[in-house]
Amino acid sequence: MEIQQYNFIFLYQETAALTKRLFIQLKRRPSTFFAGILQPIIWLFLFGALFANAPKDFLPGVDSYGNFLGAGLIVFTAFSGALNSGLPLMFDREFGFLNRLLVAPLASRLSIVLSSFFYITILSFVQSLAIMFISFLLGYGFPNIYGLGVVFATLILLVLFVTSISLCLAFVLPGHIELIALIFVVNLPLLFASTALAPISFMPSWLGWLASFNPLTFAIEPIRIAYSSNFNLDLIALNAPYGDLTCRNCISLLFLLTILSLVIIRPLLNKKLT
Amino acid sequence: MNQIKIQNLSKDYFDVKALKKININITEGSLFGILGPNGAGKTTLLRTLATLISPDEGTIKINNIDVIKEPRKIRELIGYVAQEIALDKILTGRELLDFQADLYHIDQSNKLERIELLINQLDMQNWIDRKCGTYSGGMKRRIDLAAGLLHLPKVLILDEPTVGLDIESRNIIWGLLNDLKKDGMTIILSSHYLDEIDKLADTVVIINDGKIIDQGNPTQLKNKFGGDRIILKVREFSDSLESEKVKKILEKIDGISQIVINASQGYSLNFIADRDKDLITKLKVELAFSKFKIFSLSQSQPSLDDVYLQATGKTLQDAELYMTGKRDLKKESKQSMR
Repeated sequence: MEIQQYNFIFLYQETAALTKRLFIQLKRRPSTFFAGILQPIIWLFLFGALFANAPKDFLPGVDSYGNFLGAGLIVFTAFSGALNSGLPLMFDREFGFLNRLLVAPLASRLSIVLSSFFYITILSFVQSLAIMFISFLLGYGFPNIYGLGVVFATLILLVLFVTSISLCLAFVLPGHIELIALIFVVNLPLLFASTALAPISFMPSWLGWLASFNPLTFAIEPIRIAYSSNFNLDLIALNAPYGDLTCRNCISLLFLLTILSLVIIRPLLNKKLT
Repeated sequence: MNQIKIQNLSKDYFDVKALKKININITEGSLFGILGPNGAGKTTLLRTLATLISPDEGTIKINNIDVIKEPRKIRELIGYVAQEIALDKILTGRELLDFQADLYHIDQSNKLERIELLINQLDMQNWIDRKCGTYSGGMKRRIDLAAGLLHLPKVLILDEPTVGLDIESRNIIWGLLNDLKKDGMTIILSSHYLDEIDKLADTVVIINDGKIIDQGNPTQLKNKFGGDRIILKVREFSDSLESEKVKKILEKIDGISQIVINASQGYSLNFIADRDKDLITKLKVELAFSKFKIFSLSQSQPSLDDVYLQATGKTLQDAELYMTGKRDLKKESKQSMR
């Protein structure tokens, strides 16, 4: 059989096949997809109701708690999805399906990582759009086109950052039980130690410091700003204890963290995938 | 022409020496059998050939391409069907083959043609569009084999492909392997089924404890004994002392050779006897003279199991049972995970 000679076409073909497989799995078992939309919406209702009577000066730059919460929930949805992205790979490892990929003459084994990234990014976009649309129906506004671009750019960076860590864990940890345990331990504490549910000014000093170094905060604040009518990248997004950060600063920090994580995990992925 | 050359191949898993200086040459277009009990090193050898693990020592060349230095080129040449069938339960059989074809970069028109051909060859028409999670063991094995053959590999590596299968599935697979061999494909087949290797293989290597015990054409290996295999028991459950005494008697009789005491079968005595019609009578007389009665005596053509027994003092079946108790499957599973 004649095998085509172009690596780029091969990379596209194998990445598309791996991504398609993940979407077929999603189509036939869509419960986690719908749960990923439903959970933040329930939170939006419940937390929105819980803090409906909070004093107005408690929330900087917004006029209702629902407005404040939306950005946090969008980021949390993308973060949770990306954190779980290592699970399918872990199951492939455990059930031997990964060997099927490893004995194939893949143009690059990067396609295994790329497919997970594409899948989670598309999933997060769809889930985020659903949350944004429902927030809009609840009267919490909608970003303009420019703001929408910032929302998605921020989500891409966050997804890439967290997905790379999750895939790395899928190779390092002994099994899916350990991975799920770690996800349980990390997921909610990271949410509560960010500005998703409350601003830094409301937090005790130590938690404020913690939140101002939390990558989730660097994703939440630009998205929160993206919802404002006078949005621009140089608006102050975060009053951190170490100084003010603009929207641009937050996205740049997130970008740096993403690059750093990719650089750190690359040797490990190379070792495990060659 | 030797298509595959394995030289001084060694592999350790911590304290376990899985392969010890293995040397094998495999001729192009032949069916090469690897026989040995579980835990003998067959899977390690095949996984090394399939580029899944790196050896600690030694070289492997397929079509003069170094497996360790150029694994991607090798992956284009080989089809690998692992012992554990790893299918995606959510995909249908057809979707799995389509997925596999994309991993091997087969173009669209060839892909559909190849998938249809294999569906027909392996008689999968009635269930190919069902999800893999609903398949029986035989169906799973056939779809796995089809996946390994999709890109028409030059070398097909099969790790115990018929283990636990029903007769129908086994016959279909045997038939296909014979057809592939006729078409010139080199097939490497590991098994612990003697009849499978005996029936299919042109050349066989017998492995035990990571070492090669013997290799050659199955008929030649069996003919090396030059007589019939006899299994003798002087009592249903004898003991070491008694069987040693009988062994000494047997050693004195001309025409009897290669005497092995098989402790796991009630200290039976296994030996090769020349095809001399008076020999058994002579044996009975000698035993009676030493006041031993014959409890049972069976005579058969030597099999590959005798080659194994001769080298290890155990039959393959006994070695299986022994290894089953000795192996830490959980540990091995973790070692095999990437």
